[in-house]
Amino acid sequence: MKTRILGIEGTAWNLSAAVVDEDDVISEVTETYQPDTGGIHPREASQHHAKYASTVIQKLLENIKSKGIDPKTLDAVAFSQGPGLGPCLRTVATASRMLSLTLDIPIIGVNHCIAHIEVGKWKTPAKDPVVLYVSGANSQVLAYRKGKYRVFGETLDVGIGNALDKFARSAGLNHPGGPRIEKHAKNFEKYVPLPYVVKGMDFSFSGLTTAAKDALENETMEDVCYSFQETAFAMMVEVTERALAHTGKNEVLLAGGVGANMRLREMLDIMCNDRGASFYVPEKRFMGDNGAMIAYLGLLMYRSGSITGLKDSHVDPNFRPDSVEVTWI
Amino acid sequence: MYLTQGAEAIVKQEEDIIIKERIQKRYRIKVLDDKIRKERTRAEARLISETRRLGIPTPIIYDIQNFKIEMEYIDGEPLKNVINPELSKRTGELTGLLHSGGIIHGDLTTSNLILKDGRIYFIDFGLAFIDRTIEAQGVDVHVLFQTFESTHEDHEKLINAFYDGYKQKYIHADKVLKRVKDIEKRGRYA
Repeated sequence: MKTRILGIEGTAWNLSAAVVDEDDVISEVTETYQPDTGGIHPREASQHHAKYASTVIQKLLENIKSKGIDPKTLDAVAFSQGPGLGPCLRTVATASRMLSLTLDIPIIGVNHCIAHIEVGKWKTPAKDPVVLYVSGANSQVLAYRKGKYRVFGETLDVGIGNALDKFARSAGLNHPGGPRIEKHAKNFEKYVPLPYVVKGMDFSFSGLTTAAKDALENETMEDVCYSFQETAFAMMVEVTERALAHTGKNEVLLAGGVGANMRLREMLDIMCNDRGASFYVPEKRFMGDNGAMIAYLGLLMYRSGSITGLKDSHVDPNFRPDSVEVTWI
Repeated sequence: MYLTQGAEAIVKQEEDIIIKERIQKRYRIKVLDDKIRKERTRAEARLISETRRLGIPTPIIYDIQNFKIEMEYIDGEPLKNVINPELSKRTGELTGLLHSGGIIHGDLTTSNLILKDGRIYFIDFGLAFIDRTIEAQGVDVHVLFQTFESTHEDHEKLINAFYDGYKQKYIHADKVLKRVKDIEKRGRYA
């Protein structure tokens, strides 16, 4: 018998629910929050999730019924317990508890960062990689060692995605800023020096963002977009390389929505080539926030006996990946 | 003769001179890569000299070029092979001086501490930086304790001896030692 887990993601902009088994995604339904102006407003995003939660789940359950799966035979419901925006997390946790009670199946709270890693390992040949996880709020270099995913380096202030978005807004570009910056960067003429900040194994983007904003007064949009990418991405690739050297591992996995950026991929690819390491990127649907990754980590936890239970299903907006005991490796 | 090739630099020995050269990174555009390697080479040389001025033995610098530092080869024994509580206490004193001076070594292992003519030399400042926070000092000490634990049986004695020395030379030693325990729990620089 295959294990079937329903997972719900909703830490920030994307509400997404999926059912997976050991082999693949059986069905996934997604409703994305798109702000009218500016960036993600936590309250509005949570209201969006609350508005669409029941439709998304109903549609998902209908989809699996049409594939001959009775929702009552699902093994567990998994949800993003954190890290993320508090109001969004609470909305999704409430929906998941309801589902757990209605279907009378166990509830599993999963760490959002680790879900990104595990879905990448599931959908690429990576076995034991150093992971560069880059999204709006998170930018971390992680690797598995002795029972936990250790954070080898991370941002000291904002995540790379938020840094890109902040700069994009000040440059008059719409949300999400990353793809627009990438497009402008292609037409650059020269590099504009911006602060390159690596401290030990950590990096910082807030000074870079301010400097890039200021640079727009005298330099072209294309040159500043290009210079922002080159500087910020090189910082993260450098720390990823150090983590490879330190751990002795020979695989790199890219995870998170900013991983869609082709220049970041190219830089990681060059670094891995020069070191003789393998570089893996999952297909795009598994890179940004998605329900399948939550369901899949739920599946790994369920099979290794890590059940959260209703009593401990409170959300944690600062849930650290290195606080999770890995029971499935 | 190649001594080491790390993620960042190659280190060669020519008679009694060490030549450390920061290698090119192809993933960075050249203008940025050159700038970073130049800045770090200069910063490393400066920190080696500043550390020496704090009263801590370091190699003498002979020359600095774009990405290259030529310096004295310290022909001694790595503490890794000879460590004992007495030497650990003196390492504590020297690290206390270093941290009082606002410098973080960044890779404080018993391989980067060399005993020569009865003096302990601090070498390899490739990851060194200026930082006066308890966190940075805690990580520095934690890295050293990890090499005690992984390679030396008597590590408890070595740690206690280090504390004795460190406390004598650094006023915030207690805060740092407390932070080291927190850092251990995070298990991050493992």
